[in-house]
Amino acid sequence: MTPLGFQFRDVERGRALQARLERAVARAGRPVTVMHVCGSHEQAIARFGLRARFPGQLRVQMGPGCPVCVTDAPEIDACIALARCGVRILTYGDMLGVPGRAQSLDDARAEGARVDVIYAATQAAEIARETDEPVVFFATGFETTAVATAAILLGAPPANLFVLSAHKWVPAAMEVVASTSGGRIEGYLAAGHAATITGWGLFEPFAARHRKPVVVAGFEPLDILSGLALLVEHVVAEEARVVNAFSRCVTRDGNARALEALFRVFDTSGGEWRGIAYVPAGNLTLRPDFAHHDARVRFATELASAAPVVERAHVAECLCAAIMTGQALPTDCPHFGAACRPDAPVGACMVSTEGVCRIWFEHGVGGARATEGGGA
Amino acid sequence: MTDDRVKLAHGAGGPAMRALIRGVLLEGETHAETLAMDDGAAVPFGDRWLVFSSDAHVVQPIFFPGGDIGRLSVSGVVNDLAMMGACDILGLASNVVLEEGFSLDSLRTIQSSVRATCTEAGTRILTGDTKVMRRGEVDGIVLSTAGVGITDRVVRNAGLRPGDAIVVTGTVGDHGLAVLSARNNLGLRGDLRSDVAPLNGLVRAALAVASDAVHAMKDPTRGGVTGALVEMAEKAGVTVVLEEASIPVSHAARAAAEVLGIDPLLVANEGKALLAVARDRVEVVLDALHAHPLGHQAACIGRVVENTGSGAVLLETGFGTRRLLERDSDPLPRIC
Repeated sequence: MTPLGFQFRDVERGRALQARLERAVARAGRPVTVMHVCGSHEQAIARFGLRARFPGQLRVQMGPGCPVCVTDAPEIDACIALARCGVRILTYGDMLGVPGRAQSLDDARAEGARVDVIYAATQAAEIARETDEPVVFFATGFETTAVATAAILLGAPPANLFVLSAHKWVPAAMEVVASTSGGRIEGYLAAGHAATITGWGLFEPFAARHRKPVVVAGFEPLDILSGLALLVEHVVAEEARVVNAFSRCVTRDGNARALEALFRVFDTSGGEWRGIAYVPAGNLTLRPDFAHHDARVRFATELASAAPVVERAHVAECLCAAIMTGQALPTDCPHFGAACRPDAPVGACMVSTEGVCRIWFEHGVGGARATEGGGA
Repeated sequence: MTDDRVKLAHGAGGPAMRALIRGVLLEGETHAETLAMDDGAAVPFGDRWLVFSSDAHVVQPIFFPGGDIGRLSVSGVVNDLAMMGACDILGLASNVVLEEGFSLDSLRTIQSSVRATCTEAGTRILTGDTKVMRRGEVDGIVLSTAGVGITDRVVRNAGLRPGDAIVVTGTVGDHGLAVLSARNNLGLRGDLRSDVAPLNGLVRAALAVASDAVHAMKDPTRGGVTGALVEMAEKAGVTVVLEEASIPVSHAARAAAEVLGIDPLLVANEGKALLAVARDRVEVVLDALHAHPLGHQAACIGRVVENTGSGAVLLETGFGTRRLLERDSDPLPRIC
């Protein structure tokens, strides 16, 4: 039986691309540091054990690419506050375990709060239609899921559906990382699925401004190897271009209808990204036209009067921030795999299947340990 | 974090569940048979072994593609017994907990499914108990089924030996993905069906040709193939190496898994068994499995390579690399 997508997992082609990547890094004649900005990239790197095959002189850092991880703790606390007021909450499954400053939604649910998992934004509208009580959709994720939230708000949603938006706009965070890395990051591997919405053209001003190449790449192992090879080749040639290595899905202009819907519903505003920084224009907030569906408006009193949150132990020592900005590895964290595990996460990176710590935990420390240590 | 309350993760088959069982339910327990935490318990019975096991079932939705809670409840306990070598099932006990207002039509359908599955497994419900709870006190129906079987030789899930081949009796991931898809109306098209089935006939066929060569068995239910094999490897203190390319996954399950970002090795199966078989007898066992209707896609998916004392499962990816498998709680679909 031929697995789907097998053509993008061909071992021979993989070896050829690996050799090309090695040649490119060798031509640099020095260590090369690049960053991917997507949890799904890290997941594929770990799942296929690619990290152990990268050339020794190539450092592939992990950027702020996990939508769950960058949801700020106060945003989660706001959702928990509403849940504790008895408001029914709907959200994506990954959000349940993410610790706020004191609790996770999972903890609140164990104490009686009504929190249900949905798998698509449309389910939020369906569930709200079945009841008269207010229903809050805690909407998280990047432009990919923000478009889905926009679509339900543009599609005559029931009056009792309220959106608590924690959506984020990735290009804004890339801007922050590029400006604060002091030129350490020499090139960027951009997320293919987000680019299906934004288009690869969006990265052209970024590449020009920071004088760094950007390669848009997909999520199969061959996509990642070819993306990295192209990226390093452009780094070596000092060509600050945008290259679309995911042309089977991504166009220059992206999905114009989706983008139009996104910005009819949302406006960008500055906000904290958990562990990263204050990101100007990094949050997607509902426009005033949609105030009647904005949970922050409808429940302004409840949110303002929520009890102050006492931060629990461990959180201060959590290295998620350094890990998400490429300054530390999960294995550098004293809690990794010990106090912090997928079923009892201390930091946000251990929660989502796109969080770096969880990926490293599930795949045996980044896919490297098994290969390096396994003589079997 | 609130550590003083039960959370859903405590029932998801992952580390939290093990912590709950070891730390609360088995606290102070000293009996070796209990502490073995096998699929069932075996007690000497004359010169044979009496094996018994029980399984409580809650599932949403109660009817799903490929089965229902009735078929699940019988298969669950029959498979637990079969995994210990007890393929002749003396009888089952069925406890039914119902919510006030539950549809009698649904109950009849479930009951006829229970009976049909019993017939398939060559056993019967011999006794049982029924309770009705007030509306909201239980979600529809809970079926708790216990069973007793008898065997000459008990197979332990800890019995893997270096040199053994690891065999799976068919495609993996079908049940978990089918139920997840049905539960959440994911609208995935294609032939995604649960594999729920009683396996005692299939296991009997394998044991009949190579009883002493089957060193260990376990059904990869919650926690999936990864969860089951990591547990087996840890208990036996051995390293298992799996070949990803040889693990059978149906097209429908693979497509659903890719779309949802879920590893098919981590989701539940309800009609599959993992066997550790002496390498020189693996062809005989595979032939016997292939000849059975439930085993025609059986495959050798890996091998036990060494006695490390600690236990680990490595996966040789289809991409020519190798990674360590970790067990995990119920996987959730990714956000994007």
